[in-house]
Amino acid sequence: MLAKSPIPKVPPKSRLAVFKFSSCDGCQLSLLNLEEHLLELVDAVEVAYFLEARRRELPPPYDVGLVEGSISTPHEAQRIRQVRRDCRYLVAIGACASSGGIQALRNWADIGDFVGAVYPNPQYIRTLDTATPIAAHVFVDFELRGCPVNHAQLLELVSALLVGRRPNVPTSSLCLECKRRGLPCVLVTHGQPCLGPAVQAGCGALCPACNRGCYGCFGPMEQPNLNSLGDRFLELGASHRQIKHLLRMFNAYLEPFKQASDHHERLEQQK
Amino acid sequence: MSQTSAGDQKYFLPRAGLEPLVGILRQRGYTVLAPTRRDEIIALAPVESADQIARGVHDHQDGGRYRLTQADPEVMFEYGPGADSPKRYLFPPELPLVELRVRGNRFIPTSQPPAIAQYAFLGIRACELAAIKVQDRVFGLEGQDTLCADAAEYYRRTRRRALLIAVNCTRPGGTCFCASMGTGPAATEGFDLSLTELRDGFLLTVGSQAGAALGAELDLRAPTSAEEGLAEMKLAAARAHMPRHLDTRGLKERLEQTIDDPNWERVAARCLSCGNCTMVCPTCFCFTVSDSSGLTDGVYGRTRRWESCFSHQFSYVAGSGPVRSTIAARYRHWLRHKLCTWQDQFGVSGCVGCGRCITWCPVGIDLTEEAQRLGRHVPGAGAVPIPKAGGTKEALP
Repeated sequence: MLAKSPIPKVPPKSRLAVFKFSSCDGCQLSLLNLEEHLLELVDAVEVAYFLEARRRELPPPYDVGLVEGSISTPHEAQRIRQVRRDCRYLVAIGACASSGGIQALRNWADIGDFVGAVYPNPQYIRTLDTATPIAAHVFVDFELRGCPVNHAQLLELVSALLVGRRPNVPTSSLCLECKRRGLPCVLVTHGQPCLGPAVQAGCGALCPACNRGCYGCFGPMEQPNLNSLGDRFLELGASHRQIKHLLRMFNAYLEPFKQASDHHERLEQQK
Repeated sequence: MSQTSAGDQKYFLPRAGLEPLVGILRQRGYTVLAPTRRDEIIALAPVESADQIARGVHDHQDGGRYRLTQADPEVMFEYGPGADSPKRYLFPPELPLVELRVRGNRFIPTSQPPAIAQYAFLGIRACELAAIKVQDRVFGLEGQDTLCADAAEYYRRTRRRALLIAVNCTRPGGTCFCASMGTGPAATEGFDLSLTELRDGFLLTVGSQAGAALGAELDLRAPTSAEEGLAEMKLAAARAHMPRHLDTRGLKERLEQTIDDPNWERVAARCLSCGNCTMVCPTCFCFTVSDSSGLTDGVYGRTRRWESCFSHQFSYVAGSGPVRSTIAARYRHWLRHKLCTWQDQFGVSGCVGCGRCITWCPVGIDLTEEAQRLGRHVPGAGAVPIPKAGGTKEALP
C-alpha cells in the first residue's frame, strides 16, 4: 500500500534505524549486501540503530525506520507501537513486514498445534494466533515488497527519501520486467504455471531468467486477476491443491492471494 | 498481391550466398540482427555468421502457446515472428536519456548522447516492415512530429541508418492474420532487399538503391521462370493458409460505437492486465520516464522505459488520479486505440496482424475474436450470436 501523505524531505545526514521483528534477517542482510554502495550509504545517513550491523545504539527519534518482519508475538505488537512513535518515516521492508510472510501460514491453522509439536515445554511460549503485516498494527509510510527485498529498490528508497522525492517503485506486473529483458515466457513456451502476470514487478524477473515460473515473492500487483490466471493454470493441468500452494507462500496473507487460495482450497475440498 | 514498382528487379541468391551477405554487411559496419534460436524461442539477436540464424525449426503458435519443433535442417525461415521485433532495437526497452551532476547551484550534463548503432535487420517479416512504418509515423520520421521529440530522436537516428532485408513468409505462424491487415505475407514496400526462400536458394527482390548496391556485391543470377513461379505459389499458399482473419470492413466505424459494449466486461474477466500484449506488439510505443538520484554523489539520471497502458499506475494523471481504473477500461483503451483511434491519431491502423498479442497473452485472448464480437450487441435483444472469428484452417505443416 502506498502512502497518500506527502513525502517528507529528510534532512542531510538523517538518522536511519533498522528493526527486526519475526523474520529470517534476509532483508537486513540485503542492506548489508549492498557492498559497493554500503560506504556511500553510511556516508549519506547516520546508522543510528541497526543491531545486525553494529553494537552502538543511538536513542530515538529516527528519521527513517526500516522494519523487517511480521508481528507474531504480544511483545512485538507492543514494540511496533513504540517504533512507530520513534520514527518520522516508517518503511516496511520485505514480504514478512508487508504481508505477514511465510509464518502467516499459521493464520489458517491452530497455533497451539504448532507450539505443541515444536517445543518440549510449550507453556513458556508467548505467541499470537496470527502473524500479520506491520500495516495491520501501525501506519506505514511505504512498503518494499520481496523475499528478500531487492537491492536496487532499497537503494532507490533511501536515495529518494534523502532528496524528498517519491521512490520509483512500480506496482505493475512482473511481465513488464520480464519482457523488457526479452526473456522467453515460461508460461507460454513451457506451459509452466508462473505467477508473474499477477505479481508486482521489482525483482527484475529473477526466476523466469532461470527458466522457472515466478512464485510471487513480491506479492500481488495492483489489481491482479487471479481468477483468470487460476483458470489458466487449471487448463495447463495444475490441480486446485497446487494452485493453492503456489499462492500460499511468502505473501499468502495479502488479500488477493488469500482470497484466491481460499477459493482453490474450497474447490479442492469439494472434489 | 501485385508487386509494386520497387520490386521489379528479381534475382536468384543461392543458399550459400547468405554467408557472404552477412560478411559484407559486417564489413560495412552494420550490426547484423537476425532471428536466432535461443532457449525455446526465436529471438532477434546480433549474428556474426549466417550459421547463427535459426534454421531447421518450425514454430507452433496459438493463443497463449508457443512451441518449437525440429524440421528439415535445410530450411531456414519457416517460422513466424517470435516475441521480439525490431522495436527492441529501434525503440529500446530501457534507454538512459540524460545524466546530470550538481555543481554548486547548477546542473551540469555529464552524459554523452547515446551511440547510434547501425543495424542491418536480416530476415524481418512483412508485418514487421509494416510495423516499422507505423512507428515511423509515431516517432515523426515522416512528416510532422507526433510524439515527444526527445523520446523520438533516438528512434529517428537509428531508423535512418538501418538496413532492412525482409524474408517473405512461406509458413505463417499459428496466430498470424497479416493478410487481413494488408501487410503480408509478402513484403511489397519499405525494404532494401527481400528474400523468398526456395529449395536451394532465395528469390531476391531489390527494393531500394541501398539494396541494389548491396545486391551488386552478391553472387546473383537471373531467376528461372520456374523459380519465380514457385515463389509466387508458396506465397499464395501462405496467404490461403493464414490461420486467423480479422474483417476490417467497417471495423473502425463499428468500434467507435463500443464505449458501453458489454463485451468489455466479458473480456476483462479473462484479461490479466499484465501488459504482455503491449510489450510484444511491434507498434506499441508507451513509455515512462523516471528520474533517479544517487546516495551521495550528486548524480541525477533520467531513464526511459517501455510501459504499458495496461498498468494501472501508468494511467495516473496528476490532479485526477488513475484515469482508467478497471481492467475493462484499460483493455477497451488498448483495443480501440490499436484498431480505431490510432487511425485518427496517425492515419494508419495500429495493428499489422502479426499475432504476437495472441500468442504471448498468458491466457490466450484473441484480438481477432474480440474485435469481431464488439459493436454487435443490441440492447434488449438478448444474446447475439457471435460471428465466428477467423478460419479454422491449420497453419501449413
